[in-house]
Amino acid sequence: MTKAQVTLKVNGVLRDVWVSPSDLLLDVLHDGLGLGEVRYGCGEGVCGTCTILLDGEPVSACLTLAVQAEGHDVTTLSALLGEDDSLHPLQQAFLRLGGSQCGFCTPGVILTAHSLIRRERAPSREQIRYELVGNLCRCTGYTKILDSIEAYIAGLGAEHADPAGTAGPGTGDHRLGEPGTDGPGTDGPGTDGPGTDGPGTDGPGTDGPGTDAAGPGADADGEAP
Amino acid sequence: MVSAAFEYLRVFSLNEAVQALTGHDEDAKLLAGGQSLVPMLNLRLAMPSVLIDINDADSREPFLDAGTLVLPALTRHAQLIASPLIRGSAPMLSAAVGHVGNVRVRNRGTIGGSLAHADPTAEISCTALALDASVVVLGPDGERTIPVDDFFAGYLSTRLEPDEVITEVRVPAHRPRRGWSFIEVARRAADFAVVAVAASVEVDRAGIVQHARVGLACVADRVVLADPEAIGSLIGTVPTSAQLADVARAAAQATSPESDVHASGAYRKRLAAVLTRRALAEAIGRARDLGVPAAGPPAAGSPAAGPPAAGSPAAGSPAAGSPAAGSPAAGPPAAGSPAAGPPASGAPAPGGPA
Repeated sequence: MTKAQVTLKVNGVLRDVWVSPSDLLLDVLHDGLGLGEVRYGCGEGVCGTCTILLDGEPVSACLTLAVQAEGHDVTTLSALLGEDDSLHPLQQAFLRLGGSQCGFCTPGVILTAHSLIRRERAPSREQIRYELVGNLCRCTGYTKILDSIEAYIAGLGAEHADPAGTAGPGTGDHRLGEPGTDGPGTDGPGTDGPGTDGPGTDGPGTDGPGTDAAGPGADADGEAP
Repeated sequence: MVSAAFEYLRVFSLNEAVQALTGHDEDAKLLAGGQSLVPMLNLRLAMPSVLIDINDADSREPFLDAGTLVLPALTRHAQLIASPLIRGSAPMLSAAVGHVGNVRVRNRGTIGGSLAHADPTAEISCTALALDASVVVLGPDGERTIPVDDFFAGYLSTRLEPDEVITEVRVPAHRPRRGWSFIEVARRAADFAVVAVAASVEVDRAGIVQHARVGLACVADRVVLADPEAIGSLIGTVPTSAQLADVARAAAQATSPESDVHASGAYRKRLAAVLTRRALAEAIGRARDLGVPAAGPPAAGSPAAGPPAAGSPAAGSPAAGSPAAGSPAAGPPAAGSPAAGPPASGAPAPGGPA
C-alpha cells in the first residue's frame, strides 16, 4: 500500500511522517521519531510497555494505527521531563525507591500511574494495583513500583493541592503538568545508570542512587564529588 | 509482528460506513476501538483488504429514552464505567466492564465493537444477555433491531450481515427492586474469564421473584442465556438457598463447556453452577435492598471467588447508588426471609455436581 503523509502531534510538537495504513503508532514513534521510551513488548495490548497517552488517556501504541493518531494529542514519557530534561518527581520517586528496576516497563508504568493520579488525586494502593494490572513487569518487582508511586503521591499531599489537571497534555507547551516541584537540584541522575533505559546495566540491585537522587542539593554539577 | 497490508478508510457517518462496506469485498472490516481487531491483525489472524475506521462516524452520547438506556455503538468501556447516567441506569454493565482487559483496553474499546467481536468470554455480551438488551444495526436497507438473544451466531460470529454496522445498544434501564450481580473467575486479574455470570432479578414488595435472567460466558462457543426454564422456575417464588442451588445446578447442567488450556469443561460446568448460585443470591439480595456488600461478598472463604470483584472500583458504588436504596419497604419483609441466607450460608463449597 502506498504511504501517505500524516501530521502527528507528539508531545506538543507537530511532526510530519510518511506512513503506510498498516504502520502501528508504536513503530512510528519508536523507529520513525526515535522515541525510545515507547517500547515493543507483546504487540497485543497486554503488556503495557508501549503505553502512550492519546488525548491524555493511556492506550497501547501497538494497537493504534499511526494514521488514526492524526488530529489527536500523542504523549510519551519524554513529556514528563522538566525544562532542562530534569526528571519528573514521579520518576525521581522510582529512582529513589528502586521502582525502575531493569527499566523496561517503567515508561508505561509511569504514564499509567501519572494518568491515574491526575484523575483520582490520591488513589489507594488497591486502586493503583487495579490501574496497573495491564503493565507487566518481568522483574516481577511490583512492590517497589507501588512503593514509588505511593511515595510520589505522599509527596504531592505534602506539597500543595495538585494542579496537574489544569495542565493537561497538549496544552501549550509539551510538558505535562508537573504536580510537585521538580526537585531543582536532582537533575544529575539522568546521566547515571538507573534512570536510563539500558537494561542490564542497572539490575534491580543497583538502586543505590537513592542516595544521590535524594542527594542534598547535588545540583548543577550532576556528578557527586 | 506486522500486519498484512490493508487499505485504510476513515468515515464520518454510519451511513458512510455502510456505503463503504457495500462497496468492498466481504473481507472489509470495521475498526472501532481496535482492541481485539488490531491484535488479530498483528498476529495475522485477520487479514482484511480494507479497514473502515468508524471512530469519527458517530459523536452521540448515551441517553435515556423512555425507560431505555441508549448506548451509541462507539460508547467506550471507560465511559460505561464512569458515566453517572450509565452507572445509574445499567449498574451491572458498569461493574462488568470493570473486569474487561486493562485500562488501555477500556479507554479504546467500544460496546459495539465488543458485541460485534462476539467473543464467548466477553463480559459485555454476557451482561447484555442478562439485561435483555437489543442491538440496533444499520444496513443498505435501513435499520433493524436484533434482540441480543438472537445476536450471537457462534464463535466470533454474529447475525450481522457483511454490510451492516451496529449503531446502538438499547438496554432496559435499571428499576427499583431489580437486583443484579456480575461474578467472574479468571486465572489472573484482567485475564479472560474462565467463567463469568451475569444475573438480573426483580422481586416484588413481598420478595417474590418477578423476573430473572442469567447470562453465562465461557461455557459455549458464544455467550448464552442460562436455561430459561430453570431460571424461570424462580418466578413466583421466594427462593430458598436450596432452591437457588438447584436452579443454578440445572442451569449449569444445560451447558456443555469445552475444555481448553485454561480449564476443563467439567470444571467450567461446576464453576457455572457455583457462580450462578452466588450471582442469583447476590442479585436477589440487592433487589431486596438487603445491603449486600457490593465488593464481592462470597469471596471470604471461597477459593473460587478469587480476586475479581474486589479490586474493581466499579463494583463498589453502583449498589449503593441504586434506586432500590430509596425503597424502605424492601426492609421489613426481608427480615425472616430465606433469601437473605445464601450469600452467607454458601460457605461450604458448592453443593455441586459431585
